Amino acid sequence: MFIIKNKWIFITFAAILSVAAVVVISVKGLNLGIEFTGGSVVEVSYEETPQLAEINAALAGFDFNALVQPFGDDGYIIRTRELTEADRGVLMAALELNEQTPQLERFNTIGPTIGSELRSKALLSIILVAFAIIIFIAFAFRKVAEPVSSWKYGLIAVVALFHDVIIPLGIFALLGKEATTLLVVGLLSIIGLSVNDTIVVFDRTRENLNENHSDNNKEPFAQTVGRAIRQTMARSINTSLTLIAVLAALLVFGPDATKDLAFILLLGTFFGTYSSIFLASPLLVAWNKKKDTE
Amino acid sequence: MNRIIMRLLAVTLLIGGVLLGWFIATSNDTKPFQLGLDLSGGTHLEYKALISEIPEADRKDSMEALRDVIERRINLFGVSEPSVQTETARLGQDEKQYRLVVELPGVTDVQQAIDMIGQTPLLEFKEQNPELSLEEFQAALSFETARLIEDQLSEELVATLDNADEAFVATELTGAHLKRSRLEFQQAGGGNALNTGAPIIALEFNKEGAELFEQITERNVGNIVAIYLDGAPISTPVVQQKITGGEAVITGSFTVEESKQLVGRLNSGALPVPVELLSTESIGASLGADAVNAGMIAGLYGLIFVGAFLLLYYRLPGLIAVLALGMYGAIMLTLFKVIPVTLTAAGIAGFIISVGIAVDANILIFERMKEELKHGRGAYDALRVGFDRAWLSIRDGNISSIISAVILFWFGTSLIKGFALTFGIGVLVSMITAITLTRIMLLAIAPVRVTKIVRALFMSGFNK
Repeated sequence: MFIIKNKWIFITFAAILSVAAVVVISVKGLNLGIEFTGGSVVEVSYEETPQLAEINAALAGFDFNALVQPFGDDGYIIRTRELTEADRGVLMAALELNEQTPQLERFNTIGPTIGSELRSKALLSIILVAFAIIIFIAFAFRKVAEPVSSWKYGLIAVVALFHDVIIPLGIFALLGKEATTLLVVGLLSIIGLSVNDTIVVFDRTRENLNENHSDNNKEPFAQTVGRAIRQTMARSINTSLTLIAVLAALLVFGPDATKDLAFILLLGTFFGTYSSIFLASPLLVAWNKKKDTE
Repeated sequence: MNRIIMRLLAVTLLIGGVLLGWFIATSNDTKPFQLGLDLSGGTHLEYKALISEIPEADRKDSMEALRDVIERRINLFGVSEPSVQTETARLGQDEKQYRLVVELPGVTDVQQAIDMIGQTPLLEFKEQNPELSLEEFQAALSFETARLIEDQLSEELVATLDNADEAFVATELTGAHLKRSRLEFQQAGGGNALNTGAPIIALEFNKEGAELFEQITERNVGNIVAIYLDGAPISTPVVQQKITGGEAVITGSFTVEESKQLVGRLNSGALPVPVELLSTESIGASLGADAVNAGMIAGLYGLIFVGAFLLLYYRLPGLIAVLALGMYGAIMLTLFKVIPVTLTAAGIAGFIISVGIAVDANILIFERMKEELKHGRGAYDALRVGFDRAWLSIRDGNISSIISAVILFWFGTSLIKGFALTFGIGVLVSMITAITLTRIMLLAIAPVRVTKIVRALFMSGFNK
């Protein structure tokens, strides 16, 4: 089969992208939002929106470390150091421009401990999920331990999971988009989808192996896996298409607040589909080959 | 026979789905969706409880007492459906942080929200540090103060009790044990004759508090028991004898106006432990509403596309998938209302992803069905076998998703929990609807023979 024959091309491609993503994340770093670092974010809207320069000028005299970004049609998001209530009053007074009192849409202040807690909890739960998945898949595939032992299916599913999460994250870092709690939600969603997707293709390999076994059919493992990929191809593509359609709608028509979420989910769906077709199953074959030549 | 039962079941299910849809559409007044603060607008406050003075074993109780006091306090202001929860967070190895999380839907003025809670008085009773000798104790307070203690402290002298924190240690008796307080006036002959007619504040403890107060006064006869308000000693009387009956008085140089205010504050609940604001979050209602509307529109477009795709690509089974997914949606929304699940942006994301997985289950079934039809099975058989084969992938894929959801729910922060809950319920329900709804409806319409028309209805999208 084409994909299995050229597996190294596809695996290398995925590996290069993953490594590039890791490099981008570690060199450029994620633009962490206040949810992670602590600080304040103020969102205001105006009847007649002043220019960005006016806002910046109004805040120049204070020590808020303010970073102002336009948001939506009539508002601004201002990120600052952690503001006290008194600071907020000063800030809101400073934002009264052209005799307009801005509408305060959102005021969030997050202490540094809460930020680090979210970071460590998100990380801890993702690691636990990865372990649980390896164990579950090893268990679910225990009857097809030949020629590839079942825990390898689990490990490969987690490798694919890592690929699906790290590349969108790398692209996010590359674009310098702000990492907020919604990014965490996006990554969690990708985890949920990625493993589901990978298991469906693995399941077909499992079924084919069982059939071969009962038919006493001596099909090479590479062919069995290739057949599974081909058999599940229509499903993989159709499912991804429907998801991509929903997410694209969310990106185009959805609220500004969830555009980044839709974006990262789109990336996750794309790379998740790639990994379940071009990475996970080819890795199964590659790992088996290696064992044969030893 | 079997087919008749299937058809009856299918019709019943469809009617059930319509009924659920009707329930969702009409119950918005009686049982509305519970929206999280990020969607409904409101204020989210997180406090850290400064609980280090309280013995490890009593901390849980103190936190419960704290929660009750704050809850009572907020209810006084008529906030609808506030949520006050305690939380412990592990910081590092042994350090535990006790937190109070307050959610006030509809309150978008942070200042107002903070004041609401911030004005809750903190009432504590402290006794002399037993590790200090009398000399050390007196040294800890300034000499002047110590001399004047018996004479009742005046306001300016409170400020000189700089070292009081060293001299006094906490007792178990706190504002949580306060039943009520009232304003009284000093009787002639009691205390300092000069103060006759001065306002005093009488405190009445609940049963537990009365016992505690009795014990504390019993072991402290001749010593000072300091009454702390908002972290400062406001009254430091010397205990003359054991006090039973659970009444104490705060004397101090209050004006009548100040005393009235203090009584009011105390009666609306006094904090058992001090709290410190960690984070605030406020979301304007309009922001939430806009987001919900735009999200609904986007969701609608997305669903229309998915429905059209399923119909065009899978034809008759596609129609069944659309019906099954519609019912799946109705079941989920009903569950959200009935359980109830508080919907946040993260929770809705979890729901959308679970819809994706539900669509996937249908696609898996249809693809297997088409394969079996291709292998020359009869339509009814193809449906059965295709279904059974697809079920294994659906089962294992979904179990892995549910495992993820459970772990995320267990270990996550509230944001992650919100996602994990709807995602987990969504996947579980999608699995159940795939093996019931889709299956029953498919079997209900399965033709016995594979004719040309049947092929056209079932096999499109398959060109070989």
